[in-house]
Amino acid sequence: MAAWRRGTRPRDACNVIVELGSFALILALGLSVLQVGLAAAGRMRRSPVLAGGAQGAAIAAAACVAVAFGALIFAFVVSDFSVSNVAANSHTDKPMLYKVAAAWGSHESSLVLWCLVLTVFGAALARGRNLPFGLKASAVATQGVLGVLFLAFAVFTSNPFERLNPAPFQGQSLNPLLQDPALAFHPPLLYLGYVGFSVCFSLAVAALIEGRANDSFWPAWGRWVRPWALASWAFLTVGITLGAFWAYYELGWGGWWFWDPVENASFMPWLAGTALLHSAVVTERRGALAGWTTFLALLAFTFSMLGAFLVRSGVLTSVHAFAVDPERGLLLLAILGASSGAAFALFAWRSPRLKGGGQFAPVSREGALVLNNVFLTAACATVLLGTLYPLILEAAKGATISVGPPYFALTFTPLMAVAFLILPAGPLLAWKRGDLKGVGQRLAVAAGLAILVALAGWMAFEPRQALSAAGIGLGGWLILGTLAELAERIRLFRVSPKESLRRARGLPLGAWGTVLAHAGLGVFVLGAVVETGYRVEAARTLAFGETVTSGRYSVRLDGVRIVEGPNYLAEQGRLTVTLTDGSAPRALTAERRFFPAGGQTTTEVGLDFRGLDDVYVVLGERGQTAAGAPGWSVRVWWNPWARLIFLGPAIMALGGILSLLDRRLRLGVGKRKAAA
Amino acid sequence: MKRALLIALAAVGLMAAEPPPAPDRPLPDSAQEARARALFADIRCVVCQHEAIADSPAGMAADMRRLVREEIAAGRSDGQVRNDLVRRYGDFVLFKPPVRAGTWLLWFGPLAILLAVAAGLLMMVRRRSDETPALSPDEESRLADILAVEDNRRDPDAKASDH
Repeated sequence: MAAWRRGTRPRDACNVIVELGSFALILALGLSVLQVGLAAAGRMRRSPVLAGGAQGAAIAAAACVAVAFGALIFAFVVSDFSVSNVAANSHTDKPMLYKVAAAWGSHESSLVLWCLVLTVFGAALARGRNLPFGLKASAVATQGVLGVLFLAFAVFTSNPFERLNPAPFQGQSLNPLLQDPALAFHPPLLYLGYVGFSVCFSLAVAALIEGRANDSFWPAWGRWVRPWALASWAFLTVGITLGAFWAYYELGWGGWWFWDPVENASFMPWLAGTALLHSAVVTERRGALAGWTTFLALLAFTFSMLGAFLVRSGVLTSVHAFAVDPERGLLLLAILGASSGAAFALFAWRSPRLKGGGQFAPVSREGALVLNNVFLTAACATVLLGTLYPLILEAAKGATISVGPPYFALTFTPLMAVAFLILPAGPLLAWKRGDLKGVGQRLAVAAGLAILVALAGWMAFEPRQALSAAGIGLGGWLILGTLAELAERIRLFRVSPKESLRRARGLPLGAWGTVLAHAGLGVFVLGAVVETGYRVEAARTLAFGETVTSGRYSVRLDGVRIVEGPNYLAEQGRLTVTLTDGSAPRALTAERRFFPAGGQTTTEVGLDFRGLDDVYVVLGERGQTAAGAPGWSVRVWWNPWARLIFLGPAIMALGGILSLLDRRLRLGVGKRKAAA
Repeated sequence: MKRALLIALAAVGLMAAEPPPAPDRPLPDSAQEARARALFADIRCVVCQHEAIADSPAGMAADMRRLVREEIAAGRSDGQVRNDLVRRYGDFVLFKPPVRAGTWLLWFGPLAILLAVAAGLLMMVRRRSDETPALSPDEESRLADILAVEDNRRDPDAKASDH
């Protein structure tokens, strides 16, 4: 056995690389300390040399964490079980994708990924050219402090390179639920989003330190913050969607969002980030809401850190959570308390002095964006309340309660529904002072069509439900209202089609981004409402050749065989899906996989994509049919319009990326004025 | 050798991982079955991680589903079934927590927060607009003249694209 292990790779080279990684991580911590010191000193002495040193330290720290993370991935790729983290989360039989993905599958190693994103973004911030000297030095120092806190946490409490002696012959493998392509990419994207908000946080702290009542400062600051907020938001959108998609087809429960505390933990930064995006528009364009935008920038990363705490501390139990000891949780809470506490204290002290420009009437684009922020913040606070309340109540009174989907359906959903009703009016209102009557006229056609959509939804789906039909109308309203705004901008039907096309080409990318993001939201709402309201579930124990009917589809069990995967064995059911009114039948397979390395069983859902709908088949245990014959339990869902649930957020993220590419965000304020 | 071992292990695992729970037997009355299913979605499996008994494959969840079906078949109302479950397992079993003294903050917090945020932002905006004097009648009429021209009302973005 030892010979076989030695045969995988020369041990010496392996050891050198792992030790190099371990050293690089410690070096990165030192460099981050240096970054803080140099940036702070450079700021106070107004010395470009010291500030340049801080920039160098930030870049070097990022490079060191990259080396450490590379070494960690290497250890996973070659299955070096002398590293305890690898031994606990990998296995020689695992496919290569999941060996690499295991590098962010555990607490220790995913923390290195967190630090990597933090320092790489910090280096990008340090290289930023347009920032004024003082603001940049303060932001680099703040980002450095965050780097020091998280790197110290990694090095002193969660060393991913900790060794085992003697090394075990085989690893314990990764939780098979996590061995899935969607989940392999879910954490990196999520972290790019979570940690991307750290730059907004640092820029906000810097603005609180440097900011003055200056008409030109806040629009410029808004323009520096927006790209970071947009990029983080887009990454987070894709990351959360991948997680939901994974839950949908890997857990085999027929649902995609369970209001699980860990899902909520990723959703809160998203809500705060969405509010930040919109508030930053006001600050950028009009110099108004400076204090509020700063507050949201602090809040978004605070929720990211809160999420990290909730997932890693063990205070929550969830299918997504890392099982980690409470001591580390306490330290994470201390990091969260120290950094956010200091930032919010600074905010409380400095924000009364912050004054931007920009007056506006209640009915105006600014007013609509303020309303958007009111609802998004309240929704975010609701998710926070629903997530933490059981913990607080248990700690305070020892009473245990559960807060689940019905609670959020009664609190979160109405808040968002009202926000969605207002949404299409926002982009049509003029800045400073809007004309509500004019907007009403421009949206009248869209509103009429949305009511027709709701009626059509009411007629088309059984059983008829007024609330779901209203939801369909709301989704239609978002899409149609957004298209009405686009039509308004290109003056569709009021000028020649050629002229409209010319105007459409001339629209800035940011305008297209807004249209896509809002329409994508409508697509998501349609999918979520229809899937939740009208899905049909059926479960039966079937003998071979028998069928079970769910909604418009019937599913026949043709046979079950044993198949062998790379690191699992599976019972694979072969099934045939037919439309009940007779169309071409389609074959699919659904599996129950058994992973000997961890002794776990997972389900592999059989999915038949039918247009926008899914026929979702789960193979269960062996059992007895009603007639007493041997059979297999089969659960089938007909999930109408499920495709839109995942398509909508993809469109939204695309909108975010388009906005990010907008020329306006890459130009300085002065340059933009000159260009216009 | 390795492969045979894997198959043997898996065979044992697939069969003995957990004693299969008694299969779900739907109620013959479809209206009663629909009520039972609606309840399943709101009742937490007490041994699982944030899973409703509708979703959970655990044996405990199957037992709880059977219990709910039995009670519904015995003619009890949804409320009575919920109360019975709470008596057995505590408030923990309901995904929709009861409204009582300890949960007022939970249930009415969102509304309070909405009002607080709205009031806060309104005050911020108000304070700001108090600082600037209102337009004089003369200024108002000049503004009206400017706004009467269609071109001046358009969005600055649209304008940028026009030229």
